[in-house]
Amino acid sequence: MSEELVKIQNLKTSFRIKDDYYAAVDDVTLSVNKNEVLAIVGESGSGKSALAFSVMGLHNRAKIEGDIYFKDQNIPKLSPAKLNQMRGDDMAMIFQDPLTALNPLMTIGDQISETLFLHNKNLSKEKRRERVIDLLNQVGIPRPEYIYDQYPHELSGGMRQRVIIAIAIANKPELLIADEPTTALDVTIQAQILDLIRELKEDMDAGVILITHDLGVVAEMADRVAVMYAGQIVEIADVHSLFENPLHPYTRSLLNSVPNADEVQDKLHVIQGIVPSLQYLPRKGCRFASRIPWIDESAHEENPEMHEVRPGHFVRCTCHSQFYFPEENKEEHSDGIS
Amino acid sequence: MWKFIVRRLFVTFPQILLLSIIVFLMAEMMPGDALTGLIDPNIDPAAIEAQRERLGLNDPWHIKYADWVSGLVQGDLGQSFRFKMPVSDLVGQRLLNTFWLSVATLIFTYAIALPLGIISGRWNDTWGDRLITGYTYVGFAAPLFITALVMLWVFGFQLGWFPTGGSVAPGLEPGSWDYFVSKVQHLLLPAFSMAVITTVSTVQYLRSEIIDTKQKDFIITARAKGAPESRVYNRHIFRNSLVPIAAFFGYEITGLIGGSIFVENIYGYPGMGQLFLDSVLLRDFSVVTVVVLIFGIAAILGALISDILLSIIDPRIRIK
Ligand SMILES: Nc1ncnc2c1ncn2[C@@H]1O[C@H](COP(=O)(O)OP(=O)(O)OP(=O)(O)O)[C@@H](O)[C@H]1O
Ligand SMILES: [Mg+2]
Repeated sequence: MSEELVKIQNLKTSFRIKDDYYAAVDDVTLSVNKNEVLAIVGESGSGKSALAFSVMGLHNRAKIEGDIYFKDQNIPKLSPAKLNQMRGDDMAMIFQDPLTALNPLMTIGDQISETLFLHNKNLSKEKRRERVIDLLNQVGIPRPEYIYDQYPHELSGGMRQRVIIAIAIANKPELLIADEPTTALDVTIQAQILDLIRELKEDMDAGVILITHDLGVVAEMADRVAVMYAGQIVEIADVHSLFENPLHPYTRSLLNSVPNADEVQDKLHVIQGIVPSLQYLPRKGCRFASRIPWIDESAHEENPEMHEVRPGHFVRCTCHSQFYFPEENKEEHSDGIS
Repeated sequence: MWKFIVRRLFVTFPQILLLSIIVFLMAEMMPGDALTGLIDPNIDPAAIEAQRERLGLNDPWHIKYADWVSGLVQGDLGQSFRFKMPVSDLVGQRLLNTFWLSVATLIFTYAIALPLGIISGRWNDTWGDRLITGYTYVGFAAPLFITALVMLWVFGFQLGWFPTGGSVAPGLEPGSWDYFVSKVQHLLLPAFSMAVITTVSTVQYLRSEIIDTKQKDFIITARAKGAPESRVYNRHIFRNSLVPIAAFFGYEITGLIGGSIFVENIYGYPGMGQLFLDSVLLRDFSVVTVVVLIFGIAAILGALISDILLSIIDPRIRIK
């Protein structure tokens, strides 16, 4: 069994809307091991970024309950000084949008250099510059000496994303969180960036939390997958079990939504609807029930819990055992569901 | 950056040329001239006409413009018909007075705007921010001349802390220390009363800019690097929030010109604003023309300085 790096327990991250707090991450428990990629998938608004930001301690107005254990520390309880000591050093994050995640008024070199400086004040300016050039090389940026003095607007999106990765890996973090690192990039660059993240994971023995919409990316990168819906983890399993034997209706719908050239696309195999906004989210019962109204109410649990159906494969609520896609599709594509 | 500045300077010359033509034509179109007011039923209209001819007042406009410009270049700004002295003598000292008044006002403006804007933006929606925002609303609502009058009355007449007129106490030797001190004393109150009003737009600008920049993605990047809050603000938020403030500087100069017209008249401060109003009322058009031209040039230079500041702060500008 591999070594546990991060342990998140009963994490609840709530935002204040008008006078009440609403949980965007609701009772999430999971762990990430060393040298492991844990993918978090789920549609827009399911709370993936809110979870990542909680781990990095980046929420400034949210209420955070529960524990995030990492390197003998409990992140939500850390003092700002201690937190700053760990961020950018022990844990780092790659952001979703390379076009806005860099300071437009600072040179590329200075932005990477800053994170080195913050965690090692003794490093001389020359040494820092050398290290930045190394990093730029490492993330595959050509002519690093020249790029060092460029500003973000002078670089393409793919190059900027590499710079952001260089910032994230500068101090060799043990935990790397990548929040949709490739959504803003085109396909060839996407593959290069993913290779880069995988290499880094292996070189540094780091744990990676990879947030993505893209199940293709999951299949390629992940060791384990957590599926999130409306702030909760609804299914978690190693990548093979999840792809071969998806249980939760939401997971099955997600897998059916992967564009696949061999199969006829049928919209009805994908469950329609969106994640309700925080204020209107049902907090009792199965949160997915409203999107599968053809399933009998008795199939759901009153307080849906995670059930271990196979070793390491957990699913929330009992409704999965009685779930089927609506009749008319079932006949046409009875062989479509595994 | 230097390339940008040189290119920007090249644009400035045609701007000034165009300005001079517009100013000249506007002066030409004003009804009447310096002699109109002198019409005395006892003077023979033919004699007045001869006088006009002699002064070149009947020439076509482009000849007059060429004459005027070549005069300007040689330092001949024309003759004031009312003050009976060269306009250059009239303008010289006043231009300097207004220049120093403007410098003092700008210093006050930014000395007020930067700390207030920063406090208000960094700690928005606290009582401190509400207080500052309240002040900016009052500043927007209160007309400059009322504020200036109230300040003159309170600090000049009631408390007697500052002189209430002129630009220097009489009888002092120019160049002496006392002369300098007296000059500064005469500046402070008008400059301050102008600044408390003109600064409010900058305070509001800076506040909203900081609030905006705070939520930018690259600020999250900075925090994720482990930068402490003080560094996040000083290195990342403030500098980025100053970009529009630099862009606003040119307008600030234009606002100053308008303000000086009120403030100099209220404080009896002998500067360009006062000269402008006096000569307009007296229909001393040769003076008005020069004053408007100088105001226009000041506005153009303000925009120029603004753009240069911007190019220093923001690398994105330099490319264009
Ligand atoms: N600062 C905030 N204040 C209030 N609500 C927020 C805040 N941040 C996120 N939310 C809400 O929390 C929920 C989860 O948001 P989150 O950004 O974590 O979703 P996500 O899964 O990352 O989606 P996406 O795939 O679009 O990035 C959403 O309903 C969102 O509107
Ligand atoms: Mg997100």
